[in-house]
Amino acid sequence: MTRTPLTALAKPAHLPLPGLLAGVAAVLFTAGLGVTVGPAGLSPPAVARALVDLLPFISLDHGLTDVELKVLLEIRFPRVVLGGLVGAVLALAGAGYQGVFRNPLADPYLLGVAAGAGLGATVAFATANDPLVEPLAFAGGAVAVAIAYTLGRSIAGRSATSLILAGVAVAAFATAIQTYVLQRNVETIREVYSWILGRLTTVGWEEVLGLLPYIVVAGGVLFASRRMLDVLSIGDEEAAALGVRVPRVRWVVVLAATAATAAAVSVSGLVGFVGIIVPHTIRLLFGWSYRAIIPLSMLFGAAFLMLADVAARTVVAPGELPIGVVTAFLGAPFFLLVLRTMGRAR
Amino acid sequence: MIRWDNVSVRYNGTTVLGPLSLEVAQGEWLGLIGPNGSGKTTMLKAALGLVEHTGLCALDGADHKSGGDLAWMPQRPQLPDEMGVFDYVLLGRSPHIGYFSVESRSDIESANTALGRLGLEKFARRRLSTLSGGEMQKAVLARALAQEAPTLFLDEPTASLDIGHAIEVMEVIDALRRDDGLTVISAVHDLTLAGRFADRLVLLSGGAIVAEGLPGDVLTEELLHAHYGPGLRVVPDSDGPTVIPMRRSND
Repeated sequence: MTRTPLTALAKPAHLPLPGLLAGVAAVLFTAGLGVTVGPAGLSPPAVARALVDLLPFISLDHGLTDVELKVLLEIRFPRVVLGGLVGAVLALAGAGYQGVFRNPLADPYLLGVAAGAGLGATVAFATANDPLVEPLAFAGGAVAVAIAYTLGRSIAGRSATSLILAGVAVAAFATAIQTYVLQRNVETIREVYSWILGRLTTVGWEEVLGLLPYIVVAGGVLFASRRMLDVLSIGDEEAAALGVRVPRVRWVVVLAATAATAAAVSVSGLVGFVGIIVPHTIRLLFGWSYRAIIPLSMLFGAAFLMLADVAARTVVAPGELPIGVVTAFLGAPFFLLVLRTMGRAR
Repeated sequence: MIRWDNVSVRYNGTTVLGPLSLEVAQGEWLGLIGPNGSGKTTMLKAALGLVEHTGLCALDGADHKSGGDLAWMPQRPQLPDEMGVFDYVLLGRSPHIGYFSVESRSDIESANTALGRLGLEKFARRRLSTLSGGEMQKAVLARALAQEAPTLFLDEPTASLDIGHAIEVMEVIDALRRDDGLTVISAVHDLTLAGRFADRLVLLSGGAIVAEGLPGDVLTEELLHAHYGPGLRVVPDSDGPTVIPMRRSND
């Protein structure tokens, strides 16, 4: 019997090559922009030569002084990379949450990551334990989701809706405590507020290295779950009838996405909007399948936040805008534009 | 062979099904009939492991708990608007693919074969939202076929179809059953259609089996009046009984 050549058969949805290339190009472009733009006034060609010089087996005369090189490699470069990682994590986690909850507005913030992390950070600032901001923010975010998850499972079965409602309740509770702590320690309002609005501040490569394992694990787990997320789009019951252990898939994705988001917000503060608008823009441009949405959300999420950071650093230079303000300010109109354009194209 | 052994389903303390026992032989087409809420869907879902039940649902003698080895065409399938028809049919291959894997060549071939058997090749690239009711029903059936399970559960496979498309879908199922030796268990509201195609009918009412046997033995005016109410006339025919709805006000 002759086999039908595979090219003659209909094939499954996949990651589109143009999308992948566009994503990689966007990351490289925004990263390049991020390292060349800044208050220290380094010349872009010199920066480009200095970066090429870092590659193995290549030696170039870049003409930067030692101080300039230090600014580039220990201040600007880690900050750009951190922005890319945070953006990738937030967009990836948003995509994963939207997939397992089949809810276009779901992202880790909805299950209480943001409120929990905000509470953790506020406690650290209020007790004048600034070094504890990151660990307490991480713990607060993770604990909030763990409570929401446990509550959501124990009430009204294990539906996606009960989980989200539990998350909303936990978030409200954590916010109430945070507000109380803040009211009792008004002198820390400025610090807390600045943290909540999001900022990318780095001490060398420390934050990047701390975040890297989370994004590798979460990215790997969600990428491996991309087909499962597609199966879940026909609903829990039909997916279960196809042999999918729905609660397990949900748990795996939520765990990976939440841990990574808690790690990201612990270093960046509450950068909003990325987890919602980036995956949706990808969905509108490249289709419904998580085989495209997961990897492209990571790439475009990274590019989006690096671009937002450039704006945050330049718009009111030498001052800086909170990056959360920029993401919402840039993101909201852009997202509406995409929605409108795609709505017309259909 | 599939068997319900003393199966009972309770929702919030109220028994909605059973306890009932039933055995369906390999290659048989069993028609489940009964008024709305009589437990047809619940009976299928118990065997699929989708509702908690007491008693035993056994497939080929073994206790059946997890999904995947029974193909199911749900009554109200969730059809993601944006998804393409081929990708939808390919979902039927899920039981054969591991968590971290993606479809193999043989999965892609099976899904293409299922599309072809229902004449859906030209719709492969179309979005589900662009299909007509009949085409959608066929796409859901194609997904169930792509699963290549020996037992097919069909919950109202002809709902929302006009009579012509309904006959067409039933004929397709019948042909597939003969070709592949499938066991088919269908819940169908159209009693005439159910009697024409099934080898055996089971009449459910109030969660219990109230009659079972050849279509001619179950589709009687006496039984139908008792469980559906008055207003049904049964006309015998060489192909099986024809059930005709009548106006109750004229009785």
